[in-house]
Amino acid sequence: MNAPLRIGFAFRLALRESRHGFRRVGVYMVSITLGVAALVSIHSFRDDFARSVQEEADVLMGANARLSDDKPFGEEITGVIDSLEAAGVPAARVTTASTMVLAPTTGTVRLLQVRALDPGYPFYGVVTTSPAGRWGAHLEDGRVLVDPAVLTQFGVEVGDTLVIGLTRLEIAATVDDLPTDVAFQTAIGPRVHVSQATLDRSELLGFGSLARYEVFLKLPEVADRRAIRDRYGDVFSEARVGYRLAEEQAQSLANGVRFLGRFLALVGLAALLLGGVGVASAIHVYIREKRPGIAVLRCIGAGQGTAFLAYLLQAAWLGLFGAGAGVIVGVGLQKVMPWALAGILPVDVTTRFSLGSAAAGLGIGLWVAVVFALIPLLEVRDVPPLAALRQDFEAPRKRFDPLRITAYGLLAASVLLLCALEAPEPELGLGFAVALAVAAGLITVVGRALMGLTRRYFPTGASYPVRQGVSNLFRPHNQTISVTLALGFGAFVIGTIVQVEANIREDLTLSFGSGQPNLLFFDIQTDQIEGVRALLPEATRADADVTPIVTARIASINGRTPDDLRANSDRDARPESWALRREYRSTYRERLGGGERVVAGRWWDGDQNTEGGSNVGRREWSGISLEEGVAGSLRVDVGDTIVWTVTGVEIGTIVQSLRTVDWNRLEPNFFAIFEPGVLETAPQNIVMVARVEDAEERARVQRSLVGAFPNVSALDFSRVQEAIDAVLSRVRQAVAFLGAFSALAGIIVLIGAIATSRMQRLREGALLKTLGARRSQILTVLFSEYLALGSIATASGLVLAIAASAIVVPQVFEMDYTLRLGAVSMIWLVVVSLTVVVGLIGSRDLLRRPPLPVLREAPE
Amino acid sequence: MIVAEGLGKNYTSGGRPLPVLRSLDLEIASEAFVAVVGPSGSGKTTLLGLLAGLDEPSDGRVLLDGEDIFAMTEDGRAEFRVHNVGFVFQTFHLLPTLTALENVLVPIELKGKQVGAREHAEGLLARVGLGARFDHYPAQLSGGEQQRVALARAFANRPKILFADEPTGNLDRDTGASIVEMLEELNQEARTTLVLVTHDLALAERADRIVSLAEGRIASDRPGRDSARPIAVGT
Repeated sequence: MNAPLRIGFAFRLALRESRHGFRRVGVYMVSITLGVAALVSIHSFRDDFARSVQEEADVLMGANARLSDDKPFGEEITGVIDSLEAAGVPAARVTTASTMVLAPTTGTVRLLQVRALDPGYPFYGVVTTSPAGRWGAHLEDGRVLVDPAVLTQFGVEVGDTLVIGLTRLEIAATVDDLPTDVAFQTAIGPRVHVSQATLDRSELLGFGSLARYEVFLKLPEVADRRAIRDRYGDVFSEARVGYRLAEEQAQSLANGVRFLGRFLALVGLAALLLGGVGVASAIHVYIREKRPGIAVLRCIGAGQGTAFLAYLLQAAWLGLFGAGAGVIVGVGLQKVMPWALAGILPVDVTTRFSLGSAAAGLGIGLWVAVVFALIPLLEVRDVPPLAALRQDFEAPRKRFDPLRITAYGLLAASVLLLCALEAPEPELGLGFAVALAVAAGLITVVGRALMGLTRRYFPTGASYPVRQGVSNLFRPHNQTISVTLALGFGAFVIGTIVQVEANIREDLTLSFGSGQPNLLFFDIQTDQIEGVRALLPEATRADADVTPIVTARIASINGRTPDDLRANSDRDARPESWALRREYRSTYRERLGGGERVVAGRWWDGDQNTEGGSNVGRREWSGISLEEGVAGSLRVDVGDTIVWTVTGVEIGTIVQSLRTVDWNRLEPNFFAIFEPGVLETAPQNIVMVARVEDAEERARVQRSLVGAFPNVSALDFSRVQEAIDAVLSRVRQAVAFLGAFSALAGIIVLIGAIATSRMQRLREGALLKTLGARRSQILTVLFSEYLALGSIATASGLVLAIAASAIVVPQVFEMDYTLRLGAVSMIWLVVVSLTVVVGLIGSRDLLRRPPLPVLREAPE
Repeated sequence: MIVAEGLGKNYTSGGRPLPVLRSLDLEIASEAFVAVVGPSGSGKTTLLGLLAGLDEPSDGRVLLDGEDIFAMTEDGRAEFRVHNVGFVFQTFHLLPTLTALENVLVPIELKGKQVGAREHAEGLLARVGLGARFDHYPAQLSGGEQQRVALARAFANRPKILFADEPTGNLDRDTGASIVEMLEELNQEARTTLVLVTHDLALAERADRIVSLAEGRIASDRPGRDSARPIAVGT
């Protein structure tokens, strides 16, 4: 005879039990709520964003399709545009270049983006200006429209003058809202808007100037846009001109946000999984408290399965509540998000309730709660009926328990699956899951080790309340390890971020430090070198370093053309497309740079023929040195031959050496360096770096540059430093917020742990009071316990954080690592204080309640 | 009918077997009221646990109504208990999260949904004098009231055998006496076999038969002096 599974009974019992005793376990469900809320809001917002961007696709581009290139359009493309215009397709050219702009009234010089627009652009959307209705003023002669930031940066007002190249322009209005703006475009630098005619007159664009050339087309019919691709696709491709449709641009924007959203979702998932740890420890305590009741049920005939099911249903019930609350909070957050991110988002995001996201959140929350509860729930099966007669009776644990192994397997599989589904790429998700498991495992190991050391070496001479407090950590069935894990994880995430960020910041300060160049001039024409040099203070002129830049494309490698090479079906032997197609901005020089090291072959001796006269094509094969990485992408090695096209002339080279390059150094670095003697008379454009200590002096140099050489731009590295600092701070804030999320989950687990052991603590406190302990002594016991718990948990996380950053900083960022003890101590202080405060607040009952009623309360 | 044959139970203490019951033979007739007495550590509770199939013996077997309960799986024994066995414990062991009525309903519902279950449970509670306390939780009841709920629960499935472990051990004399009276009445009404473990000799004397244990063996086996019924079967 076997006991049947009495599902109806299990349901009724679960329902009845749920009226009671859930309060304490329920705290844990807040962590499930937290994780589900994060997941639901991120998922829903991702959907909202993708939909809104697609709805606004035409407005975002300002047109229906766009042609773009980083050099002026050639004849074929101009021909295509002309014929489209002739066929009645509205087209507008937009040229964007970075240049030095001077405000004569304040004497300020800044590098800005200048956009030259044709009438008509943008074809869709409404541009807001102040004063209102001034969009179009930029097309007028001598007028410019500017981003509001320009006014503040230059200290000027509408009506003042800006000098751009050879032109002096009056600021007609500010452009407050351009619907085509995507957040990061304006982040690069504020812009000024002028007409194409103004740009031509300014003479900003010299040979090889960095500029972007675009033509926007108004093609309301989707079929027309596609037809153009079908008809001219090959022409565009041949000319290396990009052709993009508005919906494609919207799609890639949405994809970007989707990718980011998936990263954020992983953080939500981490919080949810920490919540799962909390659920497991709550259920463990819950089941211990329910032991007598379970034993009675077994006595009066409930089978193992029925008892197990009754408690599994209770866990599921709780999980459903926690996840349901999470869905509600998540949907609320979804509504708030467009409002909170209003300044950053490129479109007005409309929110719509996403049933899919809500259902997924509910399902995932429920599943995480159940799968984590499963392991402690298996203890229900082990409660022997005899425990009703003998409370201290424990059934011997089975060595091999297939159900337990299955439960652990299910948990591992669930974590892997959830991470793989949430991550941008499944592999990334699996990596994330493994990293989570390793981090959790290591924190537990370090936590246990620290606890062991505390137990062994804690001074026996300490006062009794302190010893009692510390020994409370080792109380049977205490949740010390799960609290250590949850708090330690938060400390680990925050600690790693702070360490890595502090080290990057230090390294960057060094890069910009004394002795390093701090002014960079670019787009200098060959005949302007001495003129620009003369603008520098006399003492620094000699040290100003001049680097010629020649643009070259690959014509063939070992005799095979790029098309031929790309057709190779052997993936390992086929060069990567980007490396074959790119335009190489290369240089020629005799010596290796400071951050370079030859790793294969040998550098040329430097005694090559560098006398005047055109050397282009004079020697059949000259030497070239490639950066190690790009050589790998091109699948070439020392001794291979590469033929380059430099402004139409072919130059044959032999790879003589491979180099490593320290890309972090603020100096011009190159994939390909030609042997001197070949490129000297090829059309080139010069970069000059110099160091001018005095900030006033730097400003003066930049001002005189605007007047003397309008086509040359200067970059002041101290501004770059500011910009990088700003970006780093933003990144740190974002990641620290995520770290705080984990720490919050840790605190919730702590609150839950205190709540679940409340009865035990109350009884201990009552006993101590009965034996004569004073309030202050009980307070000392509690303080010592939470201080020790917080210290061990935080230390476990921080030890791991230090180890992780000591690996990440040199390996990923290729920088030297220094331990930031100050930052680490600060985190320790904050998390420990939080633990002590939460612990004391959670235990205030213990101080307040008189001992007798507590001792008389029957154990539940 | 309960039959124990060569029943032995060893616990391990310090790596050595510690015999608690030594090859004990016992036969209890249907509808009998047997008290098991003996000093602490004599094996009373162990015997009760084995007779009810709550623990497995080291030697011997137990037949309840002719069925060898240790030939069954643990779940099989649970199923047997649902249909045939009731319990009363010293510490009452009510489920604190259920009302009095729900506690009485537990064994009935475990057996499977039955028509009139609720009325039956209410009747039992009324029978033990708690007609007005159906919706009260254990924490709202006195010790005596809790034990009365436990009695109602024990009889809920009309068990053939009722095991009672020190049912008055946690109660004062007067309350204990009223509980015992109620137990006897219910037992006679339901014609249940009652096995009662107790320290209280006065209570034991009310049984048909008193089995006295010492060091895991039966030291004496005699009729109770105050028994209201003649001995049914003895060994």
